[in-house]
Amino acid sequence: MKLSTEISGLKLRNPTILASGILGETGGTLLNVARNGAGAVTTKSIGIKPKKGNKNPTVLETEYGLINAVGLANPGIDNYENEIKTALKSKIPVIGSVFGKNKKEFVLVSKKMENFGVNAIELNMSCPHARGYGVEIGEDKKIVYDIVKNVKKTVDVPVFVKISVHTNILSLAKNIEFAKADAIVAINSLRGMKIDLDLKIPVLSNKIGGYSGPGIKPVGVRTVYEIASNVKIPVIGCGGVMNGKDAVEYMMAGASAVQIGSGVYYRGVDVFKKICDEIKLWMKKNGYKRIDEIIGVALK
Amino acid sequence: MNYPEIVRIAETKKETENIKTFRFKYNKKVRPGQFFMVWISGVDEIPMSVSYTDNFKGITVEQVGEATKALFKMKKGDKIGIRGPYGNGFKTPKGKVLFVAGGTGIIPVASLIEKIKKKNAVVVFGAKTKKKLFFMDRIKKSKLLISTDNGSFGYHGFASELVEEALRKEKFNSIITCGPEKMMKKILDLGIKHKIPVQASLERFMKCGIGICDSCAINGYHVCKDGPVFDDKTLGKMKDFGKFKREASGRRVRI
Repeated sequence: MKLSTEISGLKLRNPTILASGILGETGGTLLNVARNGAGAVTTKSIGIKPKKGNKNPTVLETEYGLINAVGLANPGIDNYENEIKTALKSKIPVIGSVFGKNKKEFVLVSKKMENFGVNAIELNMSCPHARGYGVEIGEDKKIVYDIVKNVKKTVDVPVFVKISVHTNILSLAKNIEFAKADAIVAINSLRGMKIDLDLKIPVLSNKIGGYSGPGIKPVGVRTVYEIASNVKIPVIGCGGVMNGKDAVEYMMAGASAVQIGSGVYYRGVDVFKKICDEIKLWMKKNGYKRIDEIIGVALK
Repeated sequence: MNYPEIVRIAETKKETENIKTFRFKYNKKVRPGQFFMVWISGVDEIPMSVSYTDNFKGITVEQVGEATKALFKMKKGDKIGIRGPYGNGFKTPKGKVLFVAGGTGIIPVASLIEKIKKKNAVVVFGAKTKKKLFFMDRIKKSKLLISTDNGSFGYHGFASELVEEALRKEKFNSIITCGPEKMMKKILDLGIKHKIPVQASLERFMKCGIGICDSCAINGYHVCKDGPVFDDKTLGKMKDFGKFKREASGRRVRI
């Protein structure tokens, strides 16, 4: 049975990718995720300068998922070369996630990422809780078009764009395709909040955070389905992938691969291995020999 | 669920000029060496070793930054949030145990020392000065070897020197250590030299406490989830142990 898949020339041994933001700040951890079966790993989003992120509490568990506002903490691109070099020892594709507050920062950090040796770039246009970054940039389809076009002009590796549902998804996806991006990643976490009933205040220091995990899966599947129905570039599905069947569902909706984040919390770092085994089991039961045969079958 | 439970401080006790203990009721079971994430609302949420692991729980805190400063101002009846316990805690050692604590490193090991038969425990405790020694009443039943950097009490010098001497005189089955990382590195090396298994409790900058944010990473391990207690075999694989740590941004810096 073949689990391998391909995203605009980027070959993956299996369709499970570590999502940006969970683990992935340090090279040693990325290497460990690869050892635990991931098809590719995505780094934390890296910016132009070191950023401490928000004060705690930054991560909480809620009834149907996690809510976080880590605040784009990262060591800055100039301190990141060794982390990439360590991660590349895994021999699986390393995707460098990049954030910035404008075109100049996106282009500069992407170029440095490429120089460090990453196999693809993911532009973070969707972090739901950081002032002046993420979705605050990603909600303007003209700015997104301009940034993607310029990053594409600057680097040779494939460029993915991770988008948020807090946008006009379809016109944004079209613009990303026009700008010649190599894939769209959907979705990032949703804007959410948790209030403590005893202290009567939002628990996250940032008040608003990103809601991820099992509760957002139907939103993700719907979004991937809509995007895949309207653009020709590959889509990578993300949001609440906990098991093999979730991955299959996203792929039926048109995803060429899936990203896993909160799943690491619910099932441990070997969630990648577990999901691959579960996909194989599903394929066996349903008579599939290649996983890429199911991509987009639900679209017809 | 990994969500803070709001508790009221039931008791506070001043241990030294800048170290205080806070006691409260919190019913979850805790092993010595585990930690809580302590939420001081409006300020921060920080990892704190559990210093009293029975039902009437306690944390013992050194005033070092903004969050601990805010905690120091809190009194009986004030509310804090508690998540956890997190981390693995110490494995209960068998036979004769040498405990090595440096400064606030006594905090996570004190409740373990209390659980070990007094004839089986030797405690080496080093502090900068006499005034910085605390928890003495909790550990006094065991054989004590005390050092101070300035000689104001006990041996004038470092705890590691007392450890070398103790290892020459007696046979131990196990070493348990917590304190400054450079000290723990020396203790690990001594343990390896004398072929005695070592458990060391590490400290790193933490955010989530549940093994997903990667803030407390050290060579692929997470101090919050895989640790904070690591054995000699694992410590031997950590190239950064005793040498590098990570800042809040994740930048790797020398210790």
